[in-house]
Amino acid sequence: MTEILGLAFMHNAILAGVLASLACGLIGSLVVVNRQVFMAGGVAHTAYGGVGLAFFLGLPVLPCAVGFTVLAALAMAHASFGRTERADALVGIMWAAGMAFGIILMDLTPGYNVDLMSYLFGSLLAVPTSDILIMAVLDLAILAVVLFWYKDFLSLSFDAEFALSTGVPVRLLYTLMQVMTAVTVVMVIQVAGLILVIALLTIPPMLAELFTSSLWKMMALATLASLVFCLAGLALSWHLDLTSGASIIAFATAAYLGGWWMQSWRRRA
Amino acid sequence: MPSDHLCSTCSGHGLSPLPEPKLRLSTPPGQPVIELDGVSFSYDNREVLFDVNLTVRAGEFMAVVGPNGGGKTTLVKLALGLLKPGRGTVRVLGADPLVSRPAVGYVPQHAHVQPSFPITVLDAVLLGLRRKGGLLSWGHWPGYRSADRQKAMDSLRMVDMADLSGRRFDVLSGGQKQRVLVARALVSEPALLLFDEPTSNIDPQGKICLFDLLSILSESITIVMVSHDLITTSTRITSVAAVNRRLIQHHGRELTPDMLALIYGTHDATCPMDEYIKGLSSVFGESRQRRQP
Repeated sequence: MTEILGLAFMHNAILAGVLASLACGLIGSLVVVNRQVFMAGGVAHTAYGGVGLAFFLGLPVLPCAVGFTVLAALAMAHASFGRTERADALVGIMWAAGMAFGIILMDLTPGYNVDLMSYLFGSLLAVPTSDILIMAVLDLAILAVVLFWYKDFLSLSFDAEFALSTGVPVRLLYTLMQVMTAVTVVMVIQVAGLILVIALLTIPPMLAELFTSSLWKMMALATLASLVFCLAGLALSWHLDLTSGASIIAFATAAYLGGWWMQSWRRRA
Repeated sequence: MPSDHLCSTCSGHGLSPLPEPKLRLSTPPGQPVIELDGVSFSYDNREVLFDVNLTVRAGEFMAVVGPNGGGKTTLVKLALGLLKPGRGTVRVLGADPLVSRPAVGYVPQHAHVQPSFPITVLDAVLLGLRRKGGLLSWGHWPGYRSADRQKAMDSLRMVDMADLSGRRFDVLSGGQKQRVLVARALVSEPALLLFDEPTSNIDPQGKICLFDLLSILSESITIVMVSHDLITTSTRITSVAAVNRRLIQHHGRELTPDMLALIYGTHDATCPMDEYIKGLSSVFGESRQRRQP
């Protein structure tokens, strides 16, 4: 184990796991309690358009994908806010359109892109130091926003109509939540890949919700659970030579099923 | 504990009596609290309210009844300032609804509340405290002052839910949830309480308990309660308004024939529903006997 921890790229992998876990714990909890999982899935797949754009233009992937995905999230927030009908269909269109845009740009990019698979399935062991710094800045921004407007986010998530009647700027916070989801998704793509990102965004909060009675406790426990899943998945992938993203999600799913079974057993007892 | 605040149904099931409300009518009795003057409102091209006039005075307990889609909830949203009338004026406590919003308590249908949300009863009530300062105010950080927590506990005592303050909201029964939502509206010490379909998701026993609570609250606060249920009864309802695109207001507990015609449409005397509708009109005139302890 000490041999693994001595490797330089492993330091980056662990740091990326810690930073992604914080974002997943905070924003994943908001996504789950607001029933925005499908929307987050749409945002995640739209991010592929940003990845394709970065490859096509020869730009750094993380900043380009963040910018592209935030714009897509703003469009989705505008299209879905307050809609009770067809919001899912609109998200579905943007989901597929973002993917298609990314694939076409990849096709048009000369040469063979070996990094393509790492964005689809994640490559925690290959996160560069420059991306770690960007992730740290984005994490701090997310933490500050969630802490500063915690009560408003809580009110919006519990009962949006009542929140509006007490003067909470519901539309602005809803949009802010989608933007933070976009930023988180792009960060977590490095860890789990865009196909599996939704699992890391939902499983830790779902597990935390089983054992907590407040949103901030759910966020804290989800962050901790996400960190454990990342480190355990990383160790698993190292020893068994498996894809790191898939190992993390497999571990998280097993933990959630265990937690759910434990809660059911406690309720019956 | 005063014996006249025993909830008849709850006490029959061994539950504790309701406490004396601490609120006092903040507006002089008889002063207009809600005034709608020639109000019309449309969603896209569908007109849901047309030339509506309504006055609710301080101390009143008004039931607003009508069919689904008749414009009842729109009326509540206009009073809260969540919607702007297409024509006419809305004044609440003598001012624009947005200005008077901090003095209005709102109890939505609890169907709007997220189920299985991780929140305790006390924290749910604390959400009713008015937002202070603008968007960039520091008051939105996590954590509450002890004075705010005390206020929330006082509100929970008023609805007889203080013992469950630490319990998760999602494990409560429908009636208990509705009481917590009433406490959330009371925590800001409002001058007016607006209820939107308060009994739509609770069982008959829960309905009776809730109406007993509303009766007690109506001694100290102006209440407007919207319901599609014509059998909605409370001994303390002082006025009724029927709304179905237009509005007819009546000071008294009875539904008048023109109100029933507005709700159900006009019909001839041979209609088999005639006797049933006549029977309904007497529902609001009958007093429910409150069990004395």
